[in-house]
Amino acid sequence: MCAAIPVTAAIQVSSLSKRYGTISALDDVDLTVEAGEFFGLLGPNGAGKTTLISIVAGLVRATSGRVAVLGHDVVQDARAARLALGVVPQELAFDPFFTVRETLVFQSGYFGLKDNGAWIDEVLENLGLAGRANTNMRALSGGMKRRVLVAQALVHKPPVIVLDEPTAGVDVELRQTLWSFIRRLNREGHTIVLTTHYLEEAQALCQRIAMLKAGRVVALDSTRALLARVAGLQMTLRARGALPASVIAHRIDERDGAVLLRLSQPTDVAQVLNDCAAAGCVLDDVEVGRADLEDVFLQITSDVASVRHGVAA
Amino acid sequence: MSSGEAGLARVQAEGLPRPVAVIAESSAVVAFRTLLLKEMLRFWKVSFQTIAAPVLTSVLYLLVFGHVLEKHVEALPGVNYTSFLIPGLVMMSVLQNAFANSSSSLIQSKIMGSLIFVLLPPFSHWQLFGAYVLAAVVRGAVVGAGVFLITVWFAPPTFSAPLWSLVFAVLGAALLGSLGLIAGIWADKFDQLAAFQNFIVMPATFLSGVFYSVHGLPPFWQAVSHFNPFFYMIDGFRYGFFAQSDVNPWISLAVVVAAFLATAAAALGLLARGFKLRQ
Repeated sequence: MCAAIPVTAAIQVSSLSKRYGTISALDDVDLTVEAGEFFGLLGPNGAGKTTLISIVAGLVRATSGRVAVLGHDVVQDARAARLALGVVPQELAFDPFFTVRETLVFQSGYFGLKDNGAWIDEVLENLGLAGRANTNMRALSGGMKRRVLVAQALVHKPPVIVLDEPTAGVDVELRQTLWSFIRRLNREGHTIVLTTHYLEEAQALCQRIAMLKAGRVVALDSTRALLARVAGLQMTLRARGALPASVIAHRIDERDGAVLLRLSQPTDVAQVLNDCAAAGCVLDDVEVGRADLEDVFLQITSDVASVRHGVAA
Repeated sequence: MSSGEAGLARVQAEGLPRPVAVIAESSAVVAFRTLLLKEMLRFWKVSFQTIAAPVLTSVLYLLVFGHVLEKHVEALPGVNYTSFLIPGLVMMSVLQNAFANSSSSLIQSKIMGSLIFVLLPPFSHWQLFGAYVLAAVVRGAVVGAGVFLITVWFAPPTFSAPLWSLVFAVLGAALLGSLGLIAGIWADKFDQLAAFQNFIVMPATFLSGVFYSVHGLPPFWQAVSHFNPFFYMIDGFRYGFFAQSDVNPWISLAVVVAAFLATAAAALGLLARGFKLRQ
């Protein structure tokens, strides 16, 4: 039996802060992404996710603290750190002068690689771009441009891949193609860091998740452990007539005229229905489901709303 | 087992993946060459706008000014005005297009957001400077050669000391390429870049002796011209054609080299600091 090989963390963030004048975008963030992990970085808009990724990528300079990629400091040892990293930026950017293949060949060359055609072909094939390889970037749809952004990040086959909202505004087909390819890379040992607003994607893909709010890490745990924080069931009721007090006691929210209840065990469902019937409530719609990452996200981000001070949202 | 667990297990058992880009195999020369090639292809792909248009503009200058002033001006002894004008127009094209190449490439990629593709890879500031400036020199040379080839029809060329012309063309293009780099880094919008071009590069070019010899100017403006580095570039370039100049070519060379070194140092400093490139 082989002994396990000690592996440096894929990304090590230590006491990282970033201020823009009086605004604090990141405030003393500590975070470790292990090599080989599929890691989620979640948070509301303005939480500091993109700032954190930009510092890791060397696009933004930290006010204080340290970041290392596979043990290489992103400032002191920037060359090695950048070679180890592939980043899919959030903004849809492209160079209008070139075709898809030219764009990838150039990006590969920027990382010092020549004769990289076989891998470029594989990336094109796996992202459904093979048929558009010789199309000018200007002629591509938004979704296709997004695929090229992903391909550009993968073109030097980096051990650490950061995807900043890679599926924002793209169709189901790309999502499935992309996740299938990214999962394969992860199985082969590539570390994946994902930020997304599609929480079901994060729940399905990520092994561990960090939640950021107002520049601070407010939760960092395995996806399983985070889901366990919000135990029980969620019931949505659309009813005519006043709900009885026993049902109101379970209420957590109200959306579009429907009442959201959190129930601790399945037997509570029957109890709620019985109480509604006894109170003369007419139920137009009832939906029961397990709590998901969205519930965890909402709970955690709302719970910590008051604990931060002097930090910009 | 989820993909994340499988990835972790694999890394723990076999170590990190062996990417195509094994760090030691990454070549700085390949990276530099690729950026240079991309910058040259960028202007070549729109050559109608970046080469043909400036050549046409220069030919129009030659037609209009040459025709109107041919019989009225003798800028240098024994040299007719059209012949005198050609080296000036060639050098003006070289300088303006070298500036346009590096500055427009940078501002365009900043505004389009595609600069990120150059900022993410491990380029040093020397590589960035070298690739952008060399591409600017190439575009300046291509446009300059185009202007020269067409103007040959208007006056047979004379090359009294061609090496001087070559040296001044390359140095001048490199200087303006560096200046374009500074302007492109500094400007956030196209109109800021246009201001740089219209209020600095254009006046300095037109007041450099492209269309006249500074000896024809009043003493005050002659003195002012000697503070304009563009004057030395044009004068030195023209010396290669006629072995005559307003200023000793060695003095011009010294001024142009000093101006290039100063501009290059400034551009390299901005790139190294990541001024307006990395927040």
